Amino acid sequence: MQYLHNIGVYFLMTFEMFRKQTKWSVMKQLILKDVDDLIIGSLGIVSFIAFFVGGVVTIQTALNIDNPLIPKYLVGFATRQSIVLEFAPTFMSIIMAGKVGSFITSSIGTMRVTEQIDALEVMGINSLNYLVFPKFVALTLYPFIISIAMFLGIMGGLAACVFGGYASLDDYILGIQTDFTPFHITYAFIKTLLFAFILATVPSYHGFYMKGGALEVGKASTTSFVWTSVIIILLNYILTQLLLS
Amino acid sequence: MIEVKDLHKSFGEAHILKGITTTFEKGKTNLIIGQSGSGKTVFLKCLLGLFDYEEGSIAYDGEVFSKLSEDKKRDMRANIGMVFQGSALFDSMTIEENVMFPLQMFTKLSKSDMRERADAVLKRVNLPDAHKKMPSEASGGMQKRVAIARAIVNNPKYLFCDEPNSGLDPKTAIVIDNLIQEITEEYNITTVINSHDMNSVMEIGEKIVFLRNGLKAWEGSKHTIFKTDNEVVTDFVYSSNLFRKVREALLKEQ
Repeated sequence: MQYLHNIGVYFLMTFEMFRKQTKWSVMKQLILKDVDDLIIGSLGIVSFIAFFVGGVVTIQTALNIDNPLIPKYLVGFATRQSIVLEFAPTFMSIIMAGKVGSFITSSIGTMRVTEQIDALEVMGINSLNYLVFPKFVALTLYPFIISIAMFLGIMGGLAACVFGGYASLDDYILGIQTDFTPFHITYAFIKTLLFAFILATVPSYHGFYMKGGALEVGKASTTSFVWTSVIIILLNYILTQLLLS
Repeated sequence: MIEVKDLHKSFGEAHILKGITTTFEKGKTNLIIGQSGSGKTVFLKCLLGLFDYEEGSIAYDGEVFSKLSEDKKRDMRANIGMVFQGSALFDSMTIEENVMFPLQMFTKLSKSDMRERADAVLKRVNLPDAHKKMPSEASGGMQKRVAIARAIVNNPKYLFCDEPNSGLDPKTAIVIDNLIQEITEEYNITTVINSHDMNSVMEIGEKIVFLRNGLKAWEGSKHTIFKTDNEVVTDFVYSSNLFRKVREALLKEQ
């Protein structure tokens, strides 16, 4: 019963965040700040992880292809498919649930604990619009991060492949060009946009409606990470079934 | 002036406010006092419109808040200043930005006019050089003064303070009390302070409402509270050794 109540509150929150808009001059600043915190601030870790995981995917694929009849270019093909379809949109979103999600929950949760949200409400400001809406807008740029993750993942694979001696540069490039389906990119970005909405709203919900003190802020961050990850994984399964099957 | 009539508030089975009727007068510092758990904070949050209530009414200068349209409620809230117990300053903003915040939200002033206004109120609360500091760099007393500056920057009609002295040393607490009283007189606003600090009662209690178990147990001023025979009030007032000794001395003199 409590779960149903929480789901209801979550949907009411997402509806409420679009109502009673904050003045544009203030909102503009909030959006720019959140773009800096959530998007620009994530570029470093996303690039690092994407590059090296791309390399690992390539090495593992190459090591598992021991049949001489299988062409070497399949290493590049397998890397591209893994990175574009799953690693960049889905697993990068799980990582972002830890980085960005925890940041959102703890910053909003701290504002709740220190009565800053009450201060906004006393002034007649729609605190959900003021706090959550800019994060939602900032995260519409999330596909930009995922594009970088896709590119660097494939580049990491290329570096590992060529410098590790698993296949030639030409083979790898042939592999990443083989059987390219543009809809796979569309599918990846549809997923990314929906995950961006989840990344903005689920951690905000956990921060906004938390009760208690500093200890509970930490607990709320953990719960938020767990639920954001669970929802992303479930949504990934549903979208894959709907769009690719 | 704020008029409260027969205010009832419950949380589930717990009946917290059991029919409070009182008035808070304009240009005066009105104190709500009582022991922990007496319903002070719930009462204050009802006055602020943060809690809905089941029965009764709260009228701000004759206008019943709960009956106003959403737009009018928003206009009304622009006339309310609030000093929270923990100051509730926005920790991502500088002190100057905190003070300018209500102006940004509710006025169409230019940036330079906002700065000028923020500068004037920061000077008024004796913080002429703190503009660029972050709230985390300010002491507890400074944070309270910034919170007062933020509350009055938009010339509110009503000022609410939730335990403005909590966590402050006695000397700073008196400074904050006096500042609130001076501002109340200067701006001619209706100030309501939630407190359980007897020093505040002595300093600025022009009108005092004593709550006990969600009911108004007594009403008076700092001049009458020490003369009352109401046992509930005397029990609260003289729970401090110092005040008990003062009373004994006064009785001996008489």
